[in-house]
Amino acid sequence: MWRIIVNRLAFGVAIVLLITIVVFGLSRAAGDPRNIYLDEYATPEAWDAWGERMGLDKPLYVQYGVWLWDTLRGDFGESLYYDVPSIRLVRERVPNTLQLGGVAFGVAILIGIPLGVISAVQRGSIIDYSVRGFALLGQSVPVFWIGIMMILVFSATLGWLPSSRNEGWQHFIMPSIALGWLPAAGLMRITRGAMLNILDSEYIKLARAKGVSSGKIIWAHGFRNAIIPPLTVAALIFAAFLTGTVVIETVFAWPGVGRLAVQSIKNNDFPVLSAIVILFSSFYILLNLIVDLLYAQLDPRIRLD
Amino acid sequence: MSIEATYVPSPLDDTLPKNPVLRALRIGWVWVRRYPIVPFAVLILMIICALFAEQLSPHDPLRGNLRAAFIPPVFQEGGTWEYPLGTDHQGRDVLSRAIYGARISTIISTAVILAGGIGGTVIGLVAGYRGGWVDQVAMRAVDFTLAMPFLLVALVVVVVFGQSLELIIVLLILFGWDNFARVVRAETLSLRESDYVSYARIQGASQARILFRHILPGVVGSVLVIGSLRVGSLILTESTLSFLGVGVPPDTPAWGIMASDGRQHLSRAWWISTMPGIAIFLVVMGFNFLGDWLRDWFDPRLRQLRVQ
Repeated sequence: MWRIIVNRLAFGVAIVLLITIVVFGLSRAAGDPRNIYLDEYATPEAWDAWGERMGLDKPLYVQYGVWLWDTLRGDFGESLYYDVPSIRLVRERVPNTLQLGGVAFGVAILIGIPLGVISAVQRGSIIDYSVRGFALLGQSVPVFWIGIMMILVFSATLGWLPSSRNEGWQHFIMPSIALGWLPAAGLMRITRGAMLNILDSEYIKLARAKGVSSGKIIWAHGFRNAIIPPLTVAALIFAAFLTGTVVIETVFAWPGVGRLAVQSIKNNDFPVLSAIVILFSSFYILLNLIVDLLYAQLDPRIRLD
Repeated sequence: MSIEATYVPSPLDDTLPKNPVLRALRIGWVWVRRYPIVPFAVLILMIICALFAEQLSPHDPLRGNLRAAFIPPVFQEGGTWEYPLGTDHQGRDVLSRAIYGARISTIISTAVILAGGIGGTVIGLVAGYRGGWVDQVAMRAVDFTLAMPFLLVALVVVVVFGQSLELIIVLLILFGWDNFARVVRAETLSLRESDYVSYARIQGASQARILFRHILPGVVGSVLVIGSLRVGSLILTESTLSFLGVGVPPDTPAWGIMASDGRQHLSRAWWISTMPGIAIFLVVMGFNFLGDWLRDWFDPRLRQLRVQ
């Protein structure tokens, strides 16, 4: 187990370093990096001071070292648009993003896994068919379009739900369902497949022959083993969340980090964007690392391989 | 090793439901999957639109006419055949823009699938056949590509270089070869050990000949299946990037950009955002059907349900 932990940790650190190299490389790819760290109102003194600070007269690897050290301390430079440290802008928006992500995660799990189980147990029923249609739909349309259609129906036409911002629990309903739909569809398909496999196995037949109640068979015998395969798609689910957060926050004007990222592109605000990309990626890689280790812990075959 | 490959229906195969309506649905579904005429027609239509956008579209997709703004589709009150799918906030014809959007999606997905598919296949072939450090390096590169958050990297690249069609294609290729390489490598590993490859080696065939004459035909099926399944997700990704304003430049008639344009006018003109979404849905479904169909065709053992 220790070997796996060290291995995966090293891989995670390597990926984060690679991402910092990409971001650093891009900041130097467009000529003088001061053009993207300072706006046109910068005084000549500030211009020279930045050159000094970033070590622009020194070789690239020294510049990278300086830049990485600043980054590790959370100094990503000042936002060109808001004139405050980029990290502060990100920090202000993190709670909103985490709230929405958390609720959507709950939606995905509470919808995806139980529906997958029901769909497998009631195979061929009307429930099974509707659930699978629902999953197919979620995987064939872009996330932003689900959001727009929800706004069109429930806000613009029926006027039931608010279509933007975060001002109370009603504001969570549409964004969290739109964000959770795709992960729920993935979870549902995997759970259904795993559950079908297990319900067909010998030990379930034995339990049936012994006269164990069907509720107990499904939840105590079947479900406990069917829960491992969904973990394997956790990485895909996080990826869906990562993209989805940026998209859904834009659609629902949600004051979170994802929307800030899209706004920074419109504002050409490289410092803010670099902060978001590095922090978001690190978080994403950390989540994947945790899932990997959890999976190794749950499945002895991986641990002992 | 068994030689006979008779089809044994696995108990996992879906059984036909008892309810007559569901039963008809199920059989219909299997028929559509086996003979996907409608989904294929959608794909052919898309390619025709992409090739002949100038001839097919009734109006200029870029030139608006403010006096003709917000005309609803023909089937709704106030709509005309002049603009079958209505017009947007600048009075541009939604149908013409959707036709040109098919062109953008086709260009991007063709370029990315060809480059990513060929590149990934060659890397997978060489890695699987040579093994050793070549394999190690290739598989590490696959791991890195998989672990990188694509959208975030795309955002920084675009903010530095600005939006362009070429840039998006390059980015999607860089993140679109790993799947091919992984599957091709796995299949090459097993084909390498097969008898006919050993005979070719004994005969003195060169390494390139073995790889491209003997092993490549064995992996082509999987490559085509991955490719067609991949197109669907590519089109989704491309439209998402365009929607966010980091894909193709903002004036381009792309499906994602059209959906984004209509967002401000939802209560007044539902069709501006809805139509391109329907186009994306149909095309993505079409490619998923194509992928499933190709998989069945190359490997009949995977057929899900037999209908007499």
